[in-house]
Amino acid sequence: MSERKIRVMVAKPGLDGHDRGARVLARCFRDAGFEVIYTGCHQTPEQVAAAAIQEDVDLVGLSCLSGAHRVLFPRVVELLREKNADDIMVIGGGIIPEQDFQMLYDAGIQAIFTPGASLDSIVDWIREHVKTRL
Amino acid sequence: MDTTTKICAGDVRTASRLIRDLEDKLPQARPRLKNLFVHTGKSFIVGITGSPGAGKSTLTDALIAEFRKHDKTVGVLAVDPTSPFTGGAILGDRVRMLRHAEDDGVFVRSLATRGALGGLSQAAGDAIHVLEAMGKDVIIVETVGIGQQELDIINHAHSVIVVLVPGMGDEIQTMKAGIMEIADVFAVNKADRPGAKQLQTELAALLSATPLAENGWRPPIVSIGNLYEPEGFAAKTAELARKVLEHHDHLIVSGQLAQRMERKALMEVTDALKTSILEPVLARLIASGELSKMTDRVKNRESDPYTEAEAVAKRFMKSGGL
Repeated sequence: MSERKIRVMVAKPGLDGHDRGARVLARCFRDAGFEVIYTGCHQTPEQVAAAAIQEDVDLVGLSCLSGAHRVLFPRVVELLREKNADDIMVIGGGIIPEQDFQMLYDAGIQAIFTPGASLDSIVDWIREHVKTRL
Repeated sequence: MDTTTKICAGDVRTASRLIRDLEDKLPQARPRLKNLFVHTGKSFIVGITGSPGAGKSTLTDALIAEFRKHDKTVGVLAVDPTSPFTGGAILGDRVRMLRHAEDDGVFVRSLATRGALGGLSQAAGDAIHVLEAMGKDVIIVETVGIGQQELDIINHAHSVIVVLVPGMGDEIQTMKAGIMEIADVFAVNKADRPGAKQLQTELAALLSATPLAENGWRPPIVSIGNLYEPEGFAAKTAELARKVLEHHDHLIVSGQLAQRMERKALMEVTDALKTSILEPVLARLIASGELSKMTDRVKNRESDPYTEAEAVAKRFMKSGGL
């Protein structure tokens, strides 16, 4: 009778209010059968990390279209590490130049999806990489 | 440290993981909940319910702020619906409560209904116990947006706030059974909108025509206006919090709290009985193939569901010697 349901959180850290992409993804995750905690815009990395832990999500999807991803995304990973919650995966998306990818991977962001990525490819990536945590 | 010690010390990770394990019905979760149970039952549990978009999450956010001013630690469970088609869910109540995310005295957890029809989720009762064991002074349970009779909340909460908004129907709606009967406190939200005055009048008329309950509590009505007029809004939500705390005092003084806790214990035992009897019986009937035979007989009208169920019940009771 027991079955792990995939739980993900979709969040927009920073001052960028362009949330159409994040909302489309939240809906798409819902339709993939995930439980999606949607937390909207204008959050500090501290708020994102605290919420991810309280919600016990498998993965946090961060969206940023303002150019602040180099600071905000790594900070979320760092905060999760500080709280012994680095089993929570972090992926990112938005307007992210290719030359920043490596820097983000090095900081612990596990995947980056930019405009043009298909919804299916994102869902498939999550299904494949989220480890069922027992 | 074991799970119980950690949760009683307020460890957020352990608590949120246990809630998840309970929701996912992992085998190790139940024994952990059993160990926790002795540490539960001390929190004040407030239910908040009403139709979708009435403002439950926004008022919950305001109540958190008020209770924090009174130095009370707060746990929140916010329920949103699961898709009957995909099993997925958008849990969006947290959006209204972001400002409390970094406050260590506040723990917010979203739950999906996962098919439960009473306005809560099956694991909501268990999750309440986890928050109780964490030592939260107040636990706010926000139901899914409800209609007239998804009233499971009354079995879990000590005080229930029913949030109403103008424009949802005439006086006849206030006369109906169900949601209108379960309020300990009414919140008329969006009271700056047309029809709010009428709704208040109708509610007041309804309440004055209702004989005072033997415990002597008449549900107060708190009208709350526009969120974007912060001063008025804050004053009204402070009043809402005050009325809820008054109701709590009233429950204690009148002896009603003990009655409500007894009702809850009865419900929990009944539910646990259903689960612990029904699930293994079903599992055995499925494994032996008997369930599908029963289904066939009923489908072909050779038998009826009642006779089939009674036959099974008789057999199991005999073998168990009840």
